[in-house]
Amino acid sequence: MSAVIEEHHHDGHHHGPDKGIMRWVFTTNHKDIGTLYLWFSFLMFLTGGVLALGIRAELFQPGLQIIQPEIFNQLTTMHGLIMVFGAVMPAFVGLANWLIPMMIGAPDMALPRMNNYSFWILPFAFGMLLSTFFMEGGAPNYGWTFYAPLSTDYAPPSVTFFIFAVHMMGISSIMGSINVVVTILNMRAPGMTLMKMPLFVWTWFITAYLLIAVMPVLAGVVTMMLMDIHFGTAFFNAGGGGDPVLFQHVFWFFGHPEVYIMILPAFGVVSAIIPTFARKRLFGYDSMVYATASIAFLSFIVWAHHMFTVGIPLAGELYFMYATMLIAVPTGVKVFNWVATMWQGAMTFETPMLFAIAFVILFTIGGLSGLMLAIVPADFQYHDTYFVVAHFHYVLVPGSVFSIMAAVYYWIPKWTGNMYDETLGKTHFWLSFIGVNVTFFPQHFIGLAGMPRRIPDYALQFADWNMVSSCGAFLFGFSQLLFLFIVIKCIRGGKKATDQVWEGAHGLEWTIPSPAPYHTFTTPPTSMKEAHG
Amino acid sequence: MNRVMQMWQAGLSLLLCSNVALADWSALNMRQGVTEISQRVYDLHMLIFYICCAIGVLVFGVMIISMLMHRKSLGVTPATFHEDTRVEVAWTVIPIIILLVMAVPATSTLRDMYESSDSDLDIEVRGYQWKWQYTYLNEDPAEEIQFMSALKTPRNEIQNLEAKGEHYLLDVDNPLVIPINKRVRFLVTSQDTIHSFWVPDFAVKRDAIPGFIHESWAVVEEPGVYRGQCAELCGKDHGFMPIVVHAVEQADYDLWIAEKQAEAKEVFNTVGKTWSKDELMVKGEEVYLQHCAACHQPNGQGIPPAFPSLVGQGIAVGPMSGHIDILLNGQAGTAMQAFGQQLNPAEIAAVITYERNAWGNDMNDMVQPKEINTMMASE
Amino acid sequence: MSGKTEASKTIRQLIFVVVGMFGFGFAMVPLYDVLCDVTGFNGKTAGKYTAKEVQDVREDRLVTIQFLASNNANMPWEFRPKVRTMKVHPGKLNTVEFYARNITGETMVAQAVPSVTPFHAAEFLHKTECFCFEQQQLEAREDLDMPLRFIIDSQIPEAVKTVTLSYTLYDVTEQFGLATN
Repeated sequence: MSAVIEEHHHDGHHHGPDKGIMRWVFTTNHKDIGTLYLWFSFLMFLTGGVLALGIRAELFQPGLQIIQPEIFNQLTTMHGLIMVFGAVMPAFVGLANWLIPMMIGAPDMALPRMNNYSFWILPFAFGMLLSTFFMEGGAPNYGWTFYAPLSTDYAPPSVTFFIFAVHMMGISSIMGSINVVVTILNMRAPGMTLMKMPLFVWTWFITAYLLIAVMPVLAGVVTMMLMDIHFGTAFFNAGGGGDPVLFQHVFWFFGHPEVYIMILPAFGVVSAIIPTFARKRLFGYDSMVYATASIAFLSFIVWAHHMFTVGIPLAGELYFMYATMLIAVPTGVKVFNWVATMWQGAMTFETPMLFAIAFVILFTIGGLSGLMLAIVPADFQYHDTYFVVAHFHYVLVPGSVFSIMAAVYYWIPKWTGNMYDETLGKTHFWLSFIGVNVTFFPQHFIGLAGMPRRIPDYALQFADWNMVSSCGAFLFGFSQLLFLFIVIKCIRGGKKATDQVWEGAHGLEWTIPSPAPYHTFTTPPTSMKEAHG
Repeated sequence: MNRVMQMWQAGLSLLLCSNVALADWSALNMRQGVTEISQRVYDLHMLIFYICCAIGVLVFGVMIISMLMHRKSLGVTPATFHEDTRVEVAWTVIPIIILLVMAVPATSTLRDMYESSDSDLDIEVRGYQWKWQYTYLNEDPAEEIQFMSALKTPRNEIQNLEAKGEHYLLDVDNPLVIPINKRVRFLVTSQDTIHSFWVPDFAVKRDAIPGFIHESWAVVEEPGVYRGQCAELCGKDHGFMPIVVHAVEQADYDLWIAEKQAEAKEVFNTVGKTWSKDELMVKGEEVYLQHCAACHQPNGQGIPPAFPSLVGQGIAVGPMSGHIDILLNGQAGTAMQAFGQQLNPAEIAAVITYERNAWGNDMNDMVQPKEINTMMASE
Repeated sequence: MSGKTEASKTIRQLIFVVVGMFGFGFAMVPLYDVLCDVTGFNGKTAGKYTAKEVQDVREDRLVTIQFLASNNANMPWEFRPKVRTMKVHPGKLNTVEFYARNITGETMVAQAVPSVTPFHAAEFLHKTECFCFEQQQLEAREDLDMPLRFIIDSQIPEAVKTVTLSYTLYDVTEQFGLATN
């Protein structure tokens, strides 16, 4: 709960924020809603993290020590669902809510009441999802990718609640994305053309289109599941004329753009932070925009690279291989542009910059393993092994999650008016950096050596690196408690932040006071000089 | 909680003063395997890996140099450039060229993997929850061999009550045996959920989709034992359904085939004889631990509600006909499979007898293999 | 205020996209079937083949066709091909039988689902009569010889030497109910 200082004087109908809990239930203010999303996502991050620690505790040594296989499958499934839909996505929506209006000089989001609904759906959806742990038959246990028929004919009774929760999350995302698109198209301050918008706004703009396009497809596929389970249809059942592989096609048609949805805003965050701390404009703004758009477009036509072993004909495999490899090009362009921004800058290494640089390095490692995965013949040996687990955790944890942490450190002085404790911040960074690499780098090895995914117990040759990985996981996990401490401490007080906060910061959000007043840009800014472009 | 602490202590001390050869830091890379295709896959993997390493070294090198040299603390003034068309074109075009270089060997290897030609041996591979069934196809059905292949690692090892053997979790009761230097075609399908048949040494991984048949093939060049695992989440025991292939010389393969055919005839004969209760109990316990304990647990108590208890309740203490029916035909809508298709009549009669008399059930009845056989064969 | 109507227009367009994409998800189902039928990509064979003209029989070529039969999940029937492999001339009509027996004590209805490998062979396998076109009902302990009549198209590529046709038998008693006659 950020204690935002009431900034303005009574002018008749504006009061400050309400007091007490009802403020948060009924708020239509983009800053409040951003805060709600961020706290919710942090809570979900810790919850998903506890599940991960359960997994890594069991995998610490061969043999079944703490968790039986049927529970283990619930842990892996729920860890994935909560992190994807409860932690990463809401965190980015929270950042979007806080920052987009301020960055484009708008007073709020275009649809403030819908904004409130979008948020409040989430605690209900996740409450329902988490409650499945206590239902008979247990929580979802079919992987976050819930392939049929494991998730239809062989699912526990809670699958219906899972489907309902997915529908709710989808509605929340769709409403949020509509809000983002309408806001960006209609509420930019005069003089802020599209090609003058900060890159964070661009990446969210494109992400919102992706969400609007593919979340309905996810809704479609879970509806088909529901119909197969309860209404006797046979979308995914060969006995009735259907095909389990159809599930995979429809799911991944959503699923692949989904993973870009989880990374494009991260690209935007990093594109804001690096120029600030290099004291140098972002290199190649135009090509950054085009590259982001290309990545988004390409993300629609590569989905079957998650399905190379199901038995797709040669022509299909070749096409998807080439298309997937092609994504490396615009992604590479972005990485090179960040490096070129750093080059011949005058860098300082405060915590946001540390996270941003770590993002560039470690996300690139994840991207390179992704390129390896694209090569179909080799993928036959990587698919469904820990090599894939290593790949996606590299792009998601030191990728998306680090960018979210970077964003919090970067903008929290604007949100609260206080600087965070820099020494603690750096400590959190180094613990996380070491933790994340100790956890996930060895997973490349065990994957290559032949360890499949989603297994609670493994053959002896995988033991040593699994033990190392588990140690890293506990280090990383507990380090996030330090992050929680840092955030709370900053909210409660700290060195007072200036308006600009960071010496090299540019953008409309740095022209308003810190903490940002409850209502900002009620009249549009007159000068675009400070806007990034 | 105490038991967990004890296990942690035990584990930790075992690790610290370990003279058991657990330490194996060599699990680092893909194996080269024993087929021409697996070698090419390995080579392709290493090529792409080296290219990625080179790219990484280049990019991170530039970053590190920049972080060292272009720091404010050194008093540098930041440059002002923020675009350069030539450079941007270069680092768009050069990656495309690198990708083309990668795509050529990748395409050629994939084409060869998809090439279908006459095979010397066809084996139908059926994935079950949680084991495999292999059928060696033959023009003459009487010559065909079919058997289930399930995890052989004892539960005690998994539950940490006994030391783990060398091939922990990678051992089966009935391995697949194939001849070397012959083209073996795997026809892969599933009985229930999606599974995936994966033998890393052959670079063969093919998903087993219920209702569909897919093929893959291998020509194994070196005799040996090759171990793989199921590679698609298929439920509770996804991690406990390994694949073991013995690749042997043609002569040894022929011997093995003859042996298996003789075994099948023997089973046929054992069905005809009359078994004593003791014989049924011994065989029954063996069958139970191998095929039933995964769900119904070694102590018969199951994991309700999905896997009912057999102790003092339900089918095992009810009418014999119902017990036989559920074993032969399974139970629609549940995970109970139709074991009439997986086990022979002697195994079925034995396991039914065992379940009715073990764990204090003491029904004092039994059923003979030939009775089961009669029910399974025509009236 | 023009801002509001601009926004309304955008919102309407986006909601249209949302609904459209939801529909697209469902449209993928028949699209997938059409694509598979036309290309034979997932090894699904087409329906009953009505020959428009008699094909030339390729006496110079033999294609091996293999038959597999398996049961899904809890389907307990005995189900097997009477012949495991045949060598056939493309263009010629062949007949083969599958044996099915309901070993339970109750009447049941089954559906056989075909699948072919290699994929590109699927579109060259024409079935004029197949037990897979309909459900099969068997009384308790009843058995049945089920015919399959097929032609391998004379245009089948030279590279295809072996075609494997696999049937999976499903218990569809609940979905279809029992026929009374």
